[in-house]
Amino acid sequence: MRNSAKSILAATAVSALLAMSDQGAALAAHTEEHATIIEQGKEIAFDRRRGNCLACHAIPGGVSPGNIGPPLIVMNKRFPSKEKLREQIWDPGQANPDTMMPPFGRHMILTEDEINKVVEFVWTL
Amino acid sequence: MKMKLISVAAIAAAVVLMPVAAQATPEEDLQAFRDYYKEKFPDVPFEDYVNGAYALDPIARENWLSIEEFPPYGPAIDEGETLFHTPFKNGKTYADCFPGYKEGIRQNYPYFDAKTGQVKTLELEINECRVKNGEEPLKYNKGHIASLSSYLAYLSRGKIFDVKVPDDPRAQAAYEEGKKFYFTKRGQLNLACADCHVYSVGKNLRTELLSMSVGHVTHFPKYRSKWGEMGTLNRRFKGCNEQVRAKAFPPQSEEYRNLEYFLTYLSNGLPVNGPGARK
Ligand code: HEC
Ligand code: HEC
Repeated sequence: MRNSAKSILAATAVSALLAMSDQGAALAAHTEEHATIIEQGKEIAFDRRRGNCLACHAIPGGVSPGNIGPPLIVMNKRFPSKEKLREQIWDPGQANPDTMMPPFGRHMILTEDEINKVVEFVWTL
Repeated sequence: MKMKLISVAAIAAAVVLMPVAAQATPEEDLQAFRDYYKEKFPDVPFEDYVNGAYALDPIARENWLSIEEFPPYGPAIDEGETLFHTPFKNGKTYADCFPGYKEGIRQNYPYFDAKTGQVKTLELEINECRVKNGEEPLKYNKGHIASLSSYLAYLSRGKIFDVKVPDDPRAQAAYEEGKKFYFTKRGQLNLACADCHVYSVGKNLRTELLSMSVGHVTHFPKYRSKWGEMGTLNRRFKGCNEQVRAKAFPPQSEEYRNLEYFLTYLSNGLPVNGPGARK
């Protein structure tokens, strides 16, 4: 679960090298699955009725964002781990009790699975 | 610079955490709000606050000014005038309930009524007038009530809001309740009115520029393009509650009347410019 964008890239490179082997095929499948999760995370984040993160954050690939929160960029440098990033999205009130950001997990705005996908997406930014 | 920010933050904290600062008088609150926005928008003249987000965004202002050339609220004023002067079944009219209407009365609402111990809004009194005269009350969010209120606001244009919080513990409690409401996070999205209109004022929520609380109420009722029709202040309260996925309070509930009391107090010193138009 600690796949960073870098390790995905590495995985892709490895899978290209091992393209002909069974092992390689398995890795490629894994990468593809992960890409799907990231894509789903993006959809959830951009959807007005679900994450609607664009209401407050500029996000690469998103149109007409708000500017209430910081732009979501270089997130894997901002956060030490995906777990920490997930905490910020699950309940931003932990880090800042007066935050504007809605508690997506604590208030069940998104499901746990949806949050996992959003985390995977945001980690790639 | 920092101080001013803190003083409004202090109001928020006050309400939730610190009973001491919650004792700020209405006058002190008003000054803190004015100073806070002045600090943020030093070039926006105070009189321009009645224009909400259009005071902050020149491009949106241009669009709005061209809409104002053929005001979409015009028909509501006309309808309000007709309704206002149409006698009830008992032969009386609204004018019997609102004798001073010609000189403008909008700026006097809401007010604290010592007799009932309640905050009275203009819309509430329109319905009280109807009931007293044997008519059914109107629905509060739109329709005839918005037209009647538009007509009365129109006749009051230019009159200065001067809401009073009299030296009566019940009035002060009503004001405090309204203020507390404004700073309380609610709904699934966990947002307070102040989160958007104080702390994020001037920022964009998606494509919406967030306007300041001072001047918020002066132009109601308003024609809102998104609604495609007129709506009262109650309707806007409902909308701002529902967009954070909170359950709206009933129209003219004590909560909303106290909120209107607090929020209109913050517009003291500004003129009535209703009815208005917004996108
Ligand atoms: C209503 C406004 C709002 C919405 C909607 C919102 N955020 Fe935020 N977000 C903020 C604010 C404001 C901050 C700044 C930190 C704070 O105050 O907690 C923030 C901070 C963050 C941070 C930390 C950024 C950093 O550099 O420290 C992340 C990550 C984040 N948001 C992700 C999201 C995601 C993902 C979503 C949607 C699922 C989302 N936000 C929706 C307002 C919002
Ligand atoms: C999630 C953000 C958000 C919250 C929370 C919020 N509002 Fe708003 N409000 C808006 C937006 C966006 C608009 C339309 C743009 C503008 O004028 O600010 C608006 C408009 C208004 C207006 C009309 C302004 C005008 O010029 O016509 C009033 C009055 C208002 N809000 C009051 C409230 C009150 C009272 C609350 C709390 C019950 C509240 N708002 C909570 C976002 C919010």
